[in-house]
Amino acid sequence: MITMEHVCKSYRIAKRNAGFGEACKALFHREYETVHALSDVSFTIHDGEIIGYIGPNGAGKSSTIKILSGILTPDSGTVLVDGRVPYRNRIEHVSQIGVVFGQRSQLWWDVPVIDSFALLKDIYSISNEQYRQSLEELTELLDLKELLRSPARQLSLGQRMRCEIAASLLHRPRILFLDEPTIGLDAVSKLAVRDFILKQNQNAGTTVILTTHDMQDIEALASRIILIGKGHILMDGTLDDIKRGNDDIDQTIAELYRSYDIS
Amino acid sequence: MKKYFSFFRLRFAMGLQYRIAALAGISTQFFWGLMEIMIFRAFYQTDASAFPMTLSATTSYIWLQQAFLAFFTAWMMENEIFDSIVNGNIAYELCRPTDIYNMWFARSIANRLSRAVLRCFPILFVAAFIPYPYGIAAPAGPAHFLLFIVTLFLGLAVMVSFCMLVYVLTFFTISPQGLRILFVSCVEFFSGALIPLPFFPEKIRQVMELLPFASMQNVALRIYSADMNRQEIERAVLLQIFWLIVVTLSGKLLCKAAEKHITVQGG
Amino acid sequence: MNKIRFSFKLYLHYVSINVRSMMQYKTSFFLTALGQFMVSFNVFLGIFFMFMRFSSVEGFSYSEVLLCFAIILMEFSIAEMFARGFDCFSGVVRSGEFDRIMVRPQNEIIQVLGSKFELTRIGRMLQAVVMFVYGISKSDISWSFPKILTVIFMLIGGASVFFGLFLVYAALCFFTLDGLEFMNVFTDGAREFGKYPIGIYGEKVLLFTTFVIPYALIQYYPLLYLLGHRTSAFYIFLPLFACLFLVPTMLFWKFGVRHYASSGS
Repeated sequence: MITMEHVCKSYRIAKRNAGFGEACKALFHREYETVHALSDVSFTIHDGEIIGYIGPNGAGKSSTIKILSGILTPDSGTVLVDGRVPYRNRIEHVSQIGVVFGQRSQLWWDVPVIDSFALLKDIYSISNEQYRQSLEELTELLDLKELLRSPARQLSLGQRMRCEIAASLLHRPRILFLDEPTIGLDAVSKLAVRDFILKQNQNAGTTVILTTHDMQDIEALASRIILIGKGHILMDGTLDDIKRGNDDIDQTIAELYRSYDIS
Repeated sequence: MKKYFSFFRLRFAMGLQYRIAALAGISTQFFWGLMEIMIFRAFYQTDASAFPMTLSATTSYIWLQQAFLAFFTAWMMENEIFDSIVNGNIAYELCRPTDIYNMWFARSIANRLSRAVLRCFPILFVAAFIPYPYGIAAPAGPAHFLLFIVTLFLGLAVMVSFCMLVYVLTFFTISPQGLRILFVSCVEFFSGALIPLPFFPEKIRQVMELLPFASMQNVALRIYSADMNRQEIERAVLLQIFWLIVVTLSGKLLCKAAEKHITVQGG
Repeated sequence: MNKIRFSFKLYLHYVSINVRSMMQYKTSFFLTALGQFMVSFNVFLGIFFMFMRFSSVEGFSYSEVLLCFAIILMEFSIAEMFARGFDCFSGVVRSGEFDRIMVRPQNEIIQVLGSKFELTRIGRMLQAVVMFVYGISKSDISWSFPKILTVIFMLIGGASVFFGLFLVYAALCFFTLDGLEFMNVFTDGAREFGKYPIGIYGEKVLLFTTFVIPYALIQYYPLLYLLGHRTSAFYIFLPLFACLFLVPTMLFWKFGVRHYASSGS
């Protein structure tokens, strides 16, 4: 179970203006502004849920994910993930979660994928038995057999994403964070990834937190949607709650963003 | 001409944006110069009679070297150019109505110039306040100063024309790395970046002074404190002009050959 | 103890994957290593030609300076080979790769070190070995057990100091990505200027390098012992004191990681 209560987080960012004159001025004086990434964010996520966590760019999605995955310490509020405070005991916490950053790779570019997996086995201290089992399962489910022997640089984006997801699940985490897992993928790969996430959730009971701009992902996967804008939770409900009879999900979300004035 | 100027402006503004980086660079170079001078001071204190230049001329040499580092460092090449050659984007550049050699040449000059302008004044300013003989001395005279400026820019042109030769040669080799290493090591050693050329044994120095590498920083930095006599200056300037013409022409010829090479291959 | 063994095993795993990656680009590897070799070779040439003109500097002869240069180069090369990951750390922070490190259940330092083991530095290492053999064979030192021990301590202490400096450099990346160039003064600069015994730079430099950043402990003082200018056994162990430099640098790194966790930059 994941609970966030009254979590706040703000950053101080230096202004950097374009232009020749501004650049000269910045030489002597620099202005800062405070950005409230999260203000009073609270929610509870139960085991086995698939959460679609949505909002426009800069709404606070990645700050939330970073806090939940132990990277970032909040300014105030309480965060509990399966009874642990993520940023207090990072190493213990992260051995129980899996994270996929859709835009970044965790595979080594120039060596066969299986070698990257072998390193992860050591990083996560996975026992031989469990490693063999996980690998077998994941290879089967994600159809990796042909891919494991090739270096990551030779794989297509879709093939690589399947390997990335497998890499994040080798240690059988209870919670999986997916940050834009289908970005840039072709239709077939997208379907394969979605299908796999659903299966993983049903078979292993993995809790999935998914951030994405692709509303089809949300429609296909999420049992519950949390909408965040300008650091506030604006909506927390099922897909039907949001759709309210409207058929086109993209349209609905766009309207929603506009009505909250967060687009 | 106007587009080169706007490119220069853009670079300059970029340099100002990263003011902390610039400040750090300046302090680094300043510190580097200081340590370098302390080494020479130690040798001077041990045996002043073996010193081939005056101590003050040596320190001025080092301060100018640090101040105009961006003019004369060999490794400061344009990675963009290498990349575009290696990945083939060069084909687009060839379609543009500008001469590719001239454009790159101007770009490299602008790049080095903008960096040096930003960095040289603070270094020279502080170095001027360091007491004699460790600070930078005034130029030996108005004529020497004028010659210093002229040979400084001639040296920059020789340096850039040499870099151009390396860029153009990468058309024919697959990877730029090997050439680059060879070039950087040669420049370091032969140009007087390692130790000023007068510190080399006489016979070796005589040969070194004829090489194109000696036409880079060596001439200007020594003229500044009148470390060369009139005859030597005349010869050095003529050599600078000679090498500038030879290296630029061979670069241009090779560039033409490379363009053909590319069009035949279809990019 | 078990944990250390495990960390070491993990690090070796990282090394092997790095080496295998590099072997995909053999030409590039070879040329970069050659470049590393040439750079330090040029430094040697600088010393060589200075001593063709001068017979000594502040009481140190050519062979003595050579030994000094060889040892500092070796110290630096060892540290650099292992701690290269810190050197490109600004890129790791800028690209957000550090997030990945944070979501893995291992010590951050091991992961950073492992992420980039630079085998190309073998070029500089090779240069250091050649210089080391040349420097020792050229020197007139009558080698005894305490003197050999001194050299070993120098290598350990020196590698630790440089390692600590690389660590500081990396930790600074958590606070700013601009202006890190200045740190080169302490790493590359120390290697470059450490080619001459620190004593020649005058008293102030010697004080700074004794008490602030302990270069003198890994270079000047033990060198005096090696060359027989000092005889007290105290000098043998000075390089080991320099290892203490790792304590504040490690704390600073931890502080940096905590800052990263609160700013997320």
